[in-house]
Amino acid sequence: MSFPWAEQYTPKHPLMQWVDEKLPVPRLVYNAVGAGYPVPRNLNYFWNFGVLAGLALMIQIVTGIIMAMHYGANDLVAFSTVEHTMRDVNAGWLMRYAHANGASFFFIVVYLHIFRGLYFGSYKAPREMVWLLGLVIFLLMMATAFMGYVLPWGQMSYWGAKVITGLFGAIPVVGEPIQTWLLGGFAPGNASLNRFFSLHFLLPFVIAGVIILHIWALHIPGSSNPTGVEVKGPQDTVPFHPYYTAKDGFGAGIFLIAFSILLFFAPNFLGHPDNYIEANPLSTPAHIVPEWYFWPFYAILRAFTVDFFFIPAKLLGVLAMFASILLLFFLPWLDTSPVRSGRYRPTFRKFWWILLADVAVLGYCGGAPAAEPFVMISQVAAAYYFAHFLIILPLISRFEKPLPLPGSITEAVLAKYGKTDGETVAVPAE
Amino acid sequence: MASVEHTDGTGLTGEDGVRRRDFINIAAVSFAGVGGVAVVLPLIDQMNPSADVLALASTEVDLSAIQPGQAIKTTFRSQPLFVRQLTPKEIAEADKVDPSTLRDPQTLEERTVDGKKQWLITMGVCTHLGCVPLGAGEGENRGEYGGYFCPCHGSSYDTAARIRKGPAPKNLEVPKFSFTSDTAILVG
Repeated sequence: MSFPWAEQYTPKHPLMQWVDEKLPVPRLVYNAVGAGYPVPRNLNYFWNFGVLAGLALMIQIVTGIIMAMHYGANDLVAFSTVEHTMRDVNAGWLMRYAHANGASFFFIVVYLHIFRGLYFGSYKAPREMVWLLGLVIFLLMMATAFMGYVLPWGQMSYWGAKVITGLFGAIPVVGEPIQTWLLGGFAPGNASLNRFFSLHFLLPFVIAGVIILHIWALHIPGSSNPTGVEVKGPQDTVPFHPYYTAKDGFGAGIFLIAFSILLFFAPNFLGHPDNYIEANPLSTPAHIVPEWYFWPFYAILRAFTVDFFFIPAKLLGVLAMFASILLLFFLPWLDTSPVRSGRYRPTFRKFWWILLADVAVLGYCGGAPAAEPFVMISQVAAAYYFAHFLIILPLISRFEKPLPLPGSITEAVLAKYGKTDGETVAVPAE
Repeated sequence: MASVEHTDGTGLTGEDGVRRRDFINIAAVSFAGVGGVAVVLPLIDQMNPSADVLALASTEVDLSAIQPGQAIKTTFRSQPLFVRQLTPKEIAEADKVDPSTLRDPQTLEERTVDGKKQWLITMGVCTHLGCVPLGAGEGENRGEYGGYFCPCHGSSYDTAARIRKGPAPKNLEVPKFSFTSDTAILVG
């Protein structure tokens, strides 16, 4: 992989030469995120969010392992051990707030990362595998976040566990046995809590593993870029280090400032007060909603209110919710336009904005009470979501007339700064 | 990568001979280093005893039921605490020993409170490897010096709980304590 003009790792110190011979880990790092990885020279700040997602995962793993040191995965003590962490453990409040808000920030940067990919066509050949693995990471994140939310064993934890496992109960015939199997009982209890804790501990490391595959798959064709034009020669790239380590470092600084503001000044802003009440199987909170990052999918789930022929509404909602994510696995083959970047696709670009607004509307409805007009709005927005991918995108791909593409990345960069000198003639890649 | 070198002054040497880019690089990385250290401190501190553990860091003991020659075993900071009322014979035996011949030289006076020499309060933790020595319970083996005997590796303590024989390096630890009344102490 990589381009032939990539800088070569040449250790000078005898110790580093010795290490390189026995176990070339420094070489691997150099070629992956060091000077040995040539990256298009024109990446904008939307290309920061992959690294930021990695940073968020690291924050989650570190704070999570610390939280596990003070937590008791037992329905009798779980709630009080979390309160113990908050009140008694040195800096325990910091660990828990960082973990809870870290989850939100993980989803924020991942959603930006996904919408970046949607706008700039990062899912298209030859990077389909990068996109597919990214979706796997997204699904794993959702499972991890859900199970983590159950662990404090508050009212929202309990009822969240009941509702989400209830989704599986919608499957005909085998649904209820599956729900009972998932919970290890007829309702969330100690068995559920223990297995959720075990899996919540495991899955982040699975995510880390899939991230390695995600980056591996990315580095075979190399990073995409805002023009969507492939790299043609050495003048189109700069080494990852120091150019993008510096740019990502700056982005990480902004990310940490935003994170700190929420963490230190409004740590419960994204949480639900009801989760500070211990789980009570006999009383459901009046307004039960999942965490904000599930709202768009929750809105799709609730959009189905009537049976369709023989299919019950409950099952339709569940199928639609899972389909809304599984659909994205087919995206590289639904969008058949040879032009990647939304910059050169005027029609596609408009519909990208509409999709963004549509998902925002779904998110708003998912967080709102299950009443009119939100149900009706959810129905329209959910229908549009599916129409975007299944009808609009294939049609645009067929009928849209894209704008002329720049001859190369370098040409686009020079044009941006009003320079079109003949010094840097594009050299085709070998 | 000559094609990306800018000539607009960002990388050029300033009047003081320092490259602007070098200055920014060192300043930014140093600042990140300070931030990193600041973050690591609470990550380490969270493993220290928490507030609920520290709240149990002192123990009150009622002495009224302990007869001369008797000892009780209680707990202080989650570890066994021996509270013993010495008999006059035991006090005499302890005073008879020349401290300079001991491995950990201490007199009984130094290990007890003035005027209440009969109250010997020690941790029930062998100074060798932390086993609980025998001798506080009725009928337990008190070793050849009549104090405490650790069954793990055979350390023998005398009537003032000073190490006399075996591998332990120090006398049984006397925790900080004070009398709150004639018949009650506060340990810790």
